[in-house]
Amino acid sequence: MFKIVKREEMAQGTIVLNEIKAPRIAEKAKPGQFVILQKNEKGERIPLTMADSNPEKGTITIIYMIVGKSSALFGDMKVEDEYFAVIGPLGKPTHIKKYGKVVCVGGGTGIAVLHPIARGLKQAGNDVATIIGSRNKDLLILEDKMVKASNNFYVCTDDGSKGHHGFVTDVLKDILEKNDIDLVVAIGPVPMMKFVSMITKEKNIETMVSLNPIMVDGTGMCGCCRVSIGDETKFACVDGPEFDGHKVDYDELSKRLQAYLEDEKKSYDEYKKKVS
Amino acid sequence: MSDKKVKKTKKEKPNRIKMPEQAPEIRKNNFIEVPTGLTEEMAVAEALRCLQCKKPACIAGCPVSVDIPGFIQKIADKDFSGAAEKLWEKNALPAVCGRVCPQEIQCEGKCIVGKKGEPVAIGYLERFVADRAREKQEGKLPEIAEKTGKKVAVIGSGPSGLTVAGDLILKGHDVTIFEAFHNSGGVLVYGIPEFRLPKKIVKSEVATLIKLGVKIELNIVVGTTVTIDELFQEGFDAVYVGVGAGLPKFMNLPNENAIGIFSANEYLTRANLMKAYLFPEYDTPMPMGKNVVVLGAGNVAMDSARTAVRLGADSVKIVYRRSRDEMPARAEELHHAQEEGVEFVLLTNPVQFFSNEQGRLTGMECLKMELGEPDDSGRRRPVPIKGSEYSFDCDLAIISVGANANPLLTNSTPEINLNQWGNIIANPLNGKTSKKGVWAGGDIVTGMATVILAMGAGREAANSIHDYLTLGW
Repeated sequence: MFKIVKREEMAQGTIVLNEIKAPRIAEKAKPGQFVILQKNEKGERIPLTMADSNPEKGTITIIYMIVGKSSALFGDMKVEDEYFAVIGPLGKPTHIKKYGKVVCVGGGTGIAVLHPIARGLKQAGNDVATIIGSRNKDLLILEDKMVKASNNFYVCTDDGSKGHHGFVTDVLKDILEKNDIDLVVAIGPVPMMKFVSMITKEKNIETMVSLNPIMVDGTGMCGCCRVSIGDETKFACVDGPEFDGHKVDYDELSKRLQAYLEDEKKSYDEYKKKVS
Repeated sequence: MSDKKVKKTKKEKPNRIKMPEQAPEIRKNNFIEVPTGLTEEMAVAEALRCLQCKKPACIAGCPVSVDIPGFIQKIADKDFSGAAEKLWEKNALPAVCGRVCPQEIQCEGKCIVGKKGEPVAIGYLERFVADRAREKQEGKLPEIAEKTGKKVAVIGSGPSGLTVAGDLILKGHDVTIFEAFHNSGGVLVYGIPEFRLPKKIVKSEVATLIKLGVKIELNIVVGTTVTIDELFQEGFDAVYVGVGAGLPKFMNLPNENAIGIFSANEYLTRANLMKAYLFPEYDTPMPMGKNVVVLGAGNVAMDSARTAVRLGADSVKIVYRRSRDEMPARAEELHHAQEEGVEFVLLTNPVQFFSNEQGRLTGMECLKMELGEPDDSGRRRPVPIKGSEYSFDCDLAIISVGANANPLLTNSTPEINLNQWGNIIANPLNGKTSKKGVWAGGDIVTGMATVILAMGAGREAANSIHDYLTLGW
């Protein structure tokens, strides 16, 4: 079993951090890799990219937004509670090396995934600028950690309550105007990754995105997470989750993410009824 | 030998027993096992049809060489726990094998009684004995040899891994199984549906292994969570790789990523392992279809089609490019599927899928085929009939055209040699791979095959591992 050793709420309780005892995974985990979690025997298997890992303590950290029944179940767990299953590390690690000038763009819980990658890129000697964004200042997460992981740091909010009033892409465009950038990493909601990729494609700047399709086993066994990359179908769980942002079919990914919308709502509604 | 049996066979020959089963119109609405099992009287009567051959051909037809006349004689003598003990000598999973083995091409295919009439129902009898022993908790477990102090890691808890674990624990070794999923059993739990193999049976067979001392570590993906070299560093003396054929094949047709198109692996994993058909009691949602199409005609295709029937589809079609004679599924499965209302659309090849604005599957286009000259496999090659394209509506498609080897484990251990398809190259006689101390067997070596062949490979490997641990490489 996989015990929660630390729990933290962020963004007014809508986002939750769990540090989980999982020594075998902690020893192996690299930035960009994910785990599959299952709350109990009747639960579903949920993929989450790790926000951190600590081999000495034997722990991994996940950060998730409460959006449906499974994340609500996770969110209800307290310190000392245990996950029924945690499997990983899965997926390919981020290819971290010296690129030169790098811009990391993060939105929502994508910031949690982006953090170890930005940190790794900085450690590898890159000049790292990070841009993080959210709807308002209360929903921003990991700001201080992102500051440490970057040489230049920018915040955007849709309502202007903090930093730039507008989208991350506005700041990105500005940076790309004034600098020769060697790599852009974008992790967040699908539309954000799509727009970042459109902007960088015009300038022909290498762009890495981390995709979040629906998964079941997470080990390549089923193809639920398949995505179109250029002319090819790839399984995000084994071939990714990171891909060349210029080759991803974002519209197909968006549609496939909607496949179980009604079931997800039904499941969450019943759960909320039961809890209240 | 009992003289009453000799008399019986000299007189009129009784017919082979018919297994009682749920009627199609009832069973197509539930997930309960279709054949309901033999009664004691039926089993004894069937056992008496066995001629107790001096040189039994049936044993040669069994990949794990069960002493078939031996256990059948015990049934005839009404010593049912003795029969169970006889089975366990050679087969750690008799309740599974009695159900899912293609007996018609194995033990029963070789039965002498079958030359002039119907063969002895060896599979039914094996199932009867194993079920009875489980339900009544009788039959002594086999004895374990003196401990050797050697440790063996078995990777994958499917049929071959369970066989290796069962054999080696009896030979006195310390055995740990590493399984990537949260339940053990491999294809027995995620692939084969409840109505063909109840999961409580797999659980019970695994529990027997645990009782014998086998340890199981779940949620470990060997290749990523831990590597084979690290297992050796942790003190294991030998490793058996039985990870199966993992990656499902798709057909590379236009629109194949539409919502509503699934690999059989995904469809069956949701239904069987995640119990999605019990949604929302279980959290994993199950894709429901009114008009379901299954592409392929093996046992996995039949399992998918029959699952869709039970989930309330209006129509379920099996679309297959060859004719009925070439269908790889067992005759019994085809028959069951047909009884439950599955349609067979033969000599038909899919061309493309159609989807709506939401990206959901709405239909497909197919092409009619005719049989041409035999190909390399000896089967007549299907050739498209020009201009025969036609379309029909469907909202759920399940692709069941086989699987490739999963590279997660082999990528992390490059010293294990692979063939051009990514399958592990292992000595067919003993399962040895190119890496010292590592054996492999089952689908990761052969590509997608049968449960009993995987078990047979496990048996050979277990013998070879035992020789290595006691005598050297």
